[in-house]
Amino acid sequence: MAKLDIAINEPGRRVFLLGNLAIARGALEAGVRVASAYPGTPSSEILDAIAGVAPKRGIHAEWSTNEKVALEVAIGASYAGARAMAAMKHVGVNVALDALATLAYTGVNAGLVLVSADDPGMHSSQNEQDNRLLARFAKIPCLEPYDAQSAKDYTKAAFELSEKFQTPVMLRTTTRVSHAKGDVTLGELPDYEKQKPRFVKDARRYVCVPAHSRALHPVLNRKLAQLEEYASESELNHMHLEGEKGIVVAGVARNYVREAIESLGVKVSLLELGFTHPLPRELMRRFLSSVSEVLVVEELEPFLEEQIRAMQSDVVVRGKDLLPREGEFTPELVEEAIARFLGVEHSPPPRRRAKLELPPRPPVLCPGCSHRALFYALKKVTRRKIYAGDIGCYTLGALEPLKAMDTCLCMGAGVSQAQGFYHAGIDEDVVAIIGDSTFLHAGMPALLNAAYNSADILVIILDNRTTAMTGHQPHPGVGVTATGSETRPVDFIALAKALGAEYVAKVKPNDFEETVRVLEEALSRRGLRVVIAEEPCALLGRKLGLWKTPPRVTRGRCEGYLCSACRACLRIGCPAVGWEGGKAKIIEELCTGCGLCVSVCPNEAIVGGEEEC
Amino acid sequence: MLTNVLIAGVGGQGIILLSDVLGNAAIRSGLGVRGSETHGMAQRGGSVVAHIRIGNARSPLIPKGRADYLVALEPLEALRYLDYLAEHCIAVVSTTPIPPASTHGKVAGYPSVKAILDELSEYAEVYPIDALALAKRAGSVLTGNLVMLGALSALRGFPLEQEVLKESIASRVPPKTIDMNLTAFKLGRKAVKG
Repeated sequence: MAKLDIAINEPGRRVFLLGNLAIARGALEAGVRVASAYPGTPSSEILDAIAGVAPKRGIHAEWSTNEKVALEVAIGASYAGARAMAAMKHVGVNVALDALATLAYTGVNAGLVLVSADDPGMHSSQNEQDNRLLARFAKIPCLEPYDAQSAKDYTKAAFELSEKFQTPVMLRTTTRVSHAKGDVTLGELPDYEKQKPRFVKDARRYVCVPAHSRALHPVLNRKLAQLEEYASESELNHMHLEGEKGIVVAGVARNYVREAIESLGVKVSLLELGFTHPLPRELMRRFLSSVSEVLVVEELEPFLEEQIRAMQSDVVVRGKDLLPREGEFTPELVEEAIARFLGVEHSPPPRRRAKLELPPRPPVLCPGCSHRALFYALKKVTRRKIYAGDIGCYTLGALEPLKAMDTCLCMGAGVSQAQGFYHAGIDEDVVAIIGDSTFLHAGMPALLNAAYNSADILVIILDNRTTAMTGHQPHPGVGVTATGSETRPVDFIALAKALGAEYVAKVKPNDFEETVRVLEEALSRRGLRVVIAEEPCALLGRKLGLWKTPPRVTRGRCEGYLCSACRACLRIGCPAVGWEGGKAKIIEELCTGCGLCVSVCPNEAIVGGEEEC
Repeated sequence: MLTNVLIAGVGGQGIILLSDVLGNAAIRSGLGVRGSETHGMAQRGGSVVAHIRIGNARSPLIPKGRADYLVALEPLEALRYLDYLAEHCIAVVSTTPIPPASTHGKVAGYPSVKAILDELSEYAEVYPIDALALAKRAGSVLTGNLVMLGALSALRGFPLEQEVLKESIASRVPPKTIDMNLTAFKLGRKAVKG
């Protein structure tokens, strides 16, 4: 698809942008020099977009090996005087938290913005934590954009705020900001000039030993008090006084509140917050002094609500008693809550359910995905087993009919959990399954731990040559950087050996029989074993021209005999293997010709597309 | 003035491109536009829905009961969002089923397309479109999404001009495929206009 050039320098032009692209544009307008990220939905498009224009704007853009590294790269750049941004999904901030928790003590030099893309409703995440709590925990300011235009504008404002107060700033989005689209009026791009970076050594600030940190902490607390005063004057907050009842709102819900007020035709006082940490207490005091009852509309945690309650005004504070503390908000949910809060008539749209039974359509492993072949081979050779899984496309292997995943907690956890299962003395074979990018992100220390502490487990690294789930970002195993330049790829075999694996083998999962053989061998041995299953992601395979002719079900020659309707081919769960008239049917539009169905058919009724029938 | 378009289909059918073309055309027409779509996990062959709101919207999501138009790139997916349809909703529906893998080999599998269209007709004015055949005629099965966009553009009261939509298509698809995509768009228009 023809991509919009986010680096066009036409101030005032209106363009249709995804929220994440608006953030990337805001970073360009702010003159970002170093941008780092680890891919994760809903944050990935930010660095994808910056990397696309980085070389011509003189920006260093990188996919870092994990979020902690990404933030630390950005910190170094900021210390050296270059504006820097690190982008990640909400749970990525957990990985970066070790750096973040002390960063506010040192403060920053050039502006540093941490984008935390939260995922209320868990469209593509394992939890729905509210990272405003982490901004508070790390003692840094938090800005919350609410649409594409504000995503761009707040990004720029975040850099300015960061530099003004010498503090990192969290720009906190949610899925409905990052993956919402809107018309955005572009600002000016700064002239690109190669600035000379300069680091002024100051050990008492940058070297966080106890004696230094003890001195830095009260300075930080004073800074937070100043930020709180500043927040009350910030242009990112808007107050509108009209009536005894008031609404406080932040994030994407600002849009739902505005539409609900219009749709209900009511008058209500409104405090819209873009600057949510530190709480703009003075502004809040002014607002509370002019209303008798307030409804706080915020997704997930009662972050603002609890702080407002703690201010102990006479105002009645409502919030999570009318709105849920889990999931994402919708326009009708907010309208309903406001109607109840104001005690006005409200007619919700009629609820309708299709009378026909609609079969569900959950996400599945793609046709031709080599993970399917690997999982199927694994199920074939292991009878009693526990599969400790991880985060990525392959997590879909947990679903029917493969059901080849027993745990999935966070990045890298499977390899360590497998060791816990083993040390607990479980009888079953313990197999850890982890993707290539995930292994490089958090699996390496876990594998080293298995070697060090003598865990007798099998670790399977699913190497599909990309970070597939988030949109095919390269990683250190691929040999290409974020901006497309070549780099030295890491060798998974050498890496596994260096980390202490006693047995290391590599297979191509689409070579089904060989995969079964190697897995049998690996399972027959003891000690720390690693099998690397390497096959390019089927979606990449299409671009690389790896797709083959779809196989045929040999109806004419074999009808009623070979295809004896055992349905073995359906048990691989491939979307391209259908069933028609009591027999298998290959859906050619979807088939990549991987040949797994050919391999699993016990009666040789499915013949490879390139073979003679 | 606000027009709400709900686009439903299956991950991989080109729904994000449609929302891009519509949004871009809205801006070319001097109108405001907002929307929301599915990325990540939900794209792996799962149900996908995009909201596009042309005019003065604030929310990126269409409130339930207020979709003026439904574009369904797959028949079954047309029935998943009945709550969103306004009383006056007009729907264009591709009649080619893509059975979910969960229905393969099951007796109670995919409902008949006729039954789907009949039920949808209780809630909307329905235009069934043989998008697959028209896409093949345009030159590639991959242009089915543009066929459906053409059909949408021909519906009563749709606010974007076809010339603007064509410009937007040309600016958004790979240069080599512009003619093919414009042909698909025209065939879709004709399927509604007759």
